[in-house]
Amino acid sequence: MAMLEVKDIHKKFGKISVLKGIDFELNKGEVVSIIGSSGSGKTTLLRCLTYLETAEKGTVYVDGNCVFDAASEKHVSAQEARKRQLNFGLVFQSFNLFPQYTVLDNVCLAPKLLAKDRPDYKANKKAILEEIEENAKKLIERVGMTSRINMYPCQLSGGQQQRVAIARALALNPKILCFDEPTSALDPELTGEVLKVIRSLKDGDCTMVIVTHEMHFAHEVSDKIIFMDEGVIAEQGGPDILDNPKSERLTAFLNAFSQ
Amino acid sequence: MFGEVTLSLLKGFGITCEIFALTLLFALPLGLIISFGSMSKFKPLKWLCKVFVWCIRGTPLMLQMIVVYYGPGLVGQWAQGIEDPGVFITWFASWTVFDRFVAVLIAFVINYSCYFSEIYRGGIESIPVGQREAGQVLGMKKSQLFFKVTLLQVIKRILPPMSNEIITLVKDTSLARIIAVYEIIYAGERFIKAEGLIWPLFYTGAFYLIFCGILTLLFGYFEKKLDYFRG
Repeated sequence: MAMLEVKDIHKKFGKISVLKGIDFELNKGEVVSIIGSSGSGKTTLLRCLTYLETAEKGTVYVDGNCVFDAASEKHVSAQEARKRQLNFGLVFQSFNLFPQYTVLDNVCLAPKLLAKDRPDYKANKKAILEEIEENAKKLIERVGMTSRINMYPCQLSGGQQQRVAIARALALNPKILCFDEPTSALDPELTGEVLKVIRSLKDGDCTMVIVTHEMHFAHEVSDKIIFMDEGVIAEQGGPDILDNPKSERLTAFLNAFSQ
Repeated sequence: MFGEVTLSLLKGFGITCEIFALTLLFALPLGLIISFGSMSKFKPLKWLCKVFVWCIRGTPLMLQMIVVYYGPGLVGQWAQGIEDPGVFITWFASWTVFDRFVAVLIAFVINYSCYFSEIYRGGIESIPVGQREAGQVLGMKKSQLFFKVTLLQVIKRILPPMSNEIITLVKDTSLARIIAVYEIIYAGERFIKAEGLIWPLFYTGAFYLIFCGILTLLFGYFEKKLDYFRG
């Protein structure tokens, strides 16, 4: 069964239709890259998946469970919405680390707050918090930031901040990890270190949705490529569609890139 | 003579400090509530707050104090002329004999909370949306988002305008003498009338200077404390 099923997502901003019916599926452990020119709706699609925008129409299933249905969205309680949200992790283009917390605290904050809802929180408070910190330290090691664990975001480079942001998203164990142009705010040198981390996640069986402009990276890491154009999926398929595009639009897009 | 004047001024300065401290105590939280109101998505509440802030910021504090102090009395007088004034007006008119100090405090708290509310609003709205969104995708509740993510960043940003406003408050307390509350300027002025001495009035400046100096140092300390992060 598909890990992620997106059906007929529509989204308008005012009178402008940004998404005009998006359908795709993704299996567990697969990586999909969403490419396309600016304004094609890539980021909006990601924001609809992660509840930062509400689609007017369409459904999203994760692991066979409905996590979004535009028709009944209004009846979902805030608590339920937050629970559903946790199916997805999101890494932002602009990192959005919390500036007043250290690397470790940035990764720990959300899990610690969530732990407060656990029924056994009061009884095992110390053990739970320790476990969260241990887990966070492992994640920080995984993104290669152990030596800077007690630093604040303002003391880190963009690439380092983004790696911490990835660890922070992983800390809640999302079923699907989304990346919104994770390297667009970074110079080529720093881009490399972030892509390396994302690549290593693929080996770890993470299901990922990546919006990116890094064509080589998309080609290398993806099981599937989605090319979006003006709010619809113009072409989708394996990474080889980047070598042999069928649609005119994708051909034109790739040509513009190679120039 | 100098000792006598100092003692008398100190007594007045006590009242000045009381107005200052109590105004802050009530206006700081009230301002936050008003700022939430003026950012509310519920339009009537938003506009009510905006109009209220406009009225308070648009009229002199001195006038507001006079209205708070004499207003209820006027209503009382007018209510005596009506046959059946109703519960609300009777209740309002029963305030006629206002304690002067309470009147000053009410006017100051209302006035300053409106100014504070705009500072809070500016601070809260200046936090990048990305911070809120990051918290949201991490499953935080709205209250957790405010207290754990936004608040400290807001405090850092509003500290300079806040210190400005709070230092202004120190000196605004001198308006209280308009309705004969015995604060430090009032204490100094009495020596002009009673003894023909002007220097005690000048001397009050030293008290203000020292008080504001301490506040400046205090705010500098807080700003330094929050220097460890940027954003």
